[in-house]
Amino acid sequence: MTDLLVVPIVLPALAAAALLMLRRAPIAVARAAILAVTAALAVAAFTILAHVQPGSPLVYALGNWPPPFGIVLVADQFSAFMLCVTALLAFGVALYAVQGWDARGRFFHPFFLFLLMGVDGAFLTGDLFNLFVFFEILLIASYCLALQGLGQDQLRATLHYAAVNIAASSLFLVAVSLLYGVTGTLNMAHLAERVAQVRAEDVALVRAAGLLLLGVFAVKAALFPVYFWLPGAYANAPGPVAALFSIMTKVGIYAIIRLTTLIYRADAGSAMELTAPWFLPAALITLAVATVGALGAERLAVLTAYLTIASAGTILTAVAIGGGAALSAALYYLAHSTFVIALLFLVTDLLGRSRGGLQDLLHPGPLPRNAGALSLAFLVAAATVVGVPPFSGFLGKLMVLQSAKDAVALGAVWAVVLVTSVLTLISCSRAGTILLWNVTDPLQTGPEHPPRAGEWAALAALAGCSLLLVILAGPITRYTDETAAQLISPAAYIEAVLGAPGHDLIRPYPGGVR
Amino acid sequence: MEVMLAAGLGVITACAVYLLLRGRTFPMVFGLSLLSTAANVFIVSMGRIRPGAPPLVIGQATEYVDPLPQALVLTAIVIGFGMTGFIMALAARLRHQTGSDHVDAVEAAPDPATQDAS
Repeated sequence: MTDLLVVPIVLPALAAAALLMLRRAPIAVARAAILAVTAALAVAAFTILAHVQPGSPLVYALGNWPPPFGIVLVADQFSAFMLCVTALLAFGVALYAVQGWDARGRFFHPFFLFLLMGVDGAFLTGDLFNLFVFFEILLIASYCLALQGLGQDQLRATLHYAAVNIAASSLFLVAVSLLYGVTGTLNMAHLAERVAQVRAEDVALVRAAGLLLLGVFAVKAALFPVYFWLPGAYANAPGPVAALFSIMTKVGIYAIIRLTTLIYRADAGSAMELTAPWFLPAALITLAVATVGALGAERLAVLTAYLTIASAGTILTAVAIGGGAALSAALYYLAHSTFVIALLFLVTDLLGRSRGGLQDLLHPGPLPRNAGALSLAFLVAAATVVGVPPFSGFLGKLMVLQSAKDAVALGAVWAVVLVTSVLTLISCSRAGTILLWNVTDPLQTGPEHPPRAGEWAALAALAGCSLLLVILAGPITRYTDETAAQLISPAAYIEAVLGAPGHDLIRPYPGGVR
Repeated sequence: MEVMLAAGLGVITACAVYLLLRGRTFPMVFGLSLLSTAANVFIVSMGRIRPGAPPLVIGQATEYVDPLPQALVLTAIVIGFGMTGFIMALAARLRHQTGSDHVDAVEAAPDPATQDAS
């Protein structure tokens, strides 16, 4: 059963390598391949989800090297949940991309699959250095995807994006090796034990490593003050690619949650509490600044990019509040925002294609073709992202607000989340009004690439995921509650990886730590 | 030995940060390359610095260094090399397509003060 854990990594890797070799084959082969692989990934992800019991994560030791010496893949409920979100998103985006958009970029299909390999690997790995490797895999794939089409703005934005992330990767290496130098292990479960036991004179070093890691993950998650790379990179990337990127900030958030709940637990001695004074303010400022950015956006894609940052801010606010209810709310909101941001990016792509030369600029222009259907799609996406009642954004924000009711900063959290919701509503209505109501004559020339039935189906699939989050809110919140409880008390995770407590591990260094 | 290594790493990192903050792509790429070099040397140093000691336990040898960081640094070097190559190609392409090697691909307007002086 645990062998299944390699599928989300190996399957896209093999398929991508095969597609690189088959690049002279008709594009239909590549299209069929990414649809089949993403569908298979969804099956694998939900099978893993069904087999992970609360308190008993699945562990797969690669090459059968016993932990903590070898690399392990671990799927607890949190990882399984993230795998499912990734797979559903990937299938929706693949369905949209294969309708004709993908013929314009080179090597779109292999890079799409390599990105999925990196994301799934980052969610599954139980080894800190291996996490670095999977981060690099997903980053190099994302640079190549962001460059699809080779526009001048894309080149500039990708250069900034790549420079920021390469610098962050160097810091990641420094932090990982510092942690290894002090504790002598890279296995995350083993680190969780060792970090609690470091000698007093090493506490400062371990904290420094932890804060460096937190900084690196904050860059990926687009936390204030290190989010500046995101609006350019996402707004200039092609629509389907930007939609797929909505999972990438979530990888950073996943890593932050793992770091703060597993390795640097608050109960690991208060000296190991990394985030206390500044994390919640940073998350709230992220939310506020991103909302202001959305209000000032001149293009719909830029607006959506800022909403991506705002969703990261909301999730990190819940993470910073801490506790079971808040983590559960964070997970629910994470799934919601992944689907809705992707939906919004795809609607942006369709709208941009239907307005002639104006594309997605927020200037009054001709009435787009298919204005009725496009209006409906934009309305659903915008209402979901703002948090209007029947949609999943409402439940997500409600859960975040409720989870803050015992927090010290209750007033600040409620004020920022509610005011930013109103401001998001204003920015979305402004965009919708300009694009769809404040119009001159209908567009005379037909759009270059009219929307196809498959593209509408992809939008419907992503909107359907968001609707399912509402219809199945009961089972899903039960699942996220269980997951949050497991995250808060990771003893079961550590035991599943390392064996029963009191085990005698051979230490990599003679004479113990150091 | 430790002081020399630490000071050297500090100087390399300082140079890398300075270069990273420049406005042209070439110094920036060079800065990234220096930064990853500094990180790589740092990784090796985390296996403890013992000159002349092998990264292996031979018989009853008591003097050896941890081999794992040396394995890690190989991975890090390969990844860093690939990333540097990629961003170099990206920078060259940007220069080719826009005619500017500024990181924002726009030349700053000439400073009126220096124009007056010349």
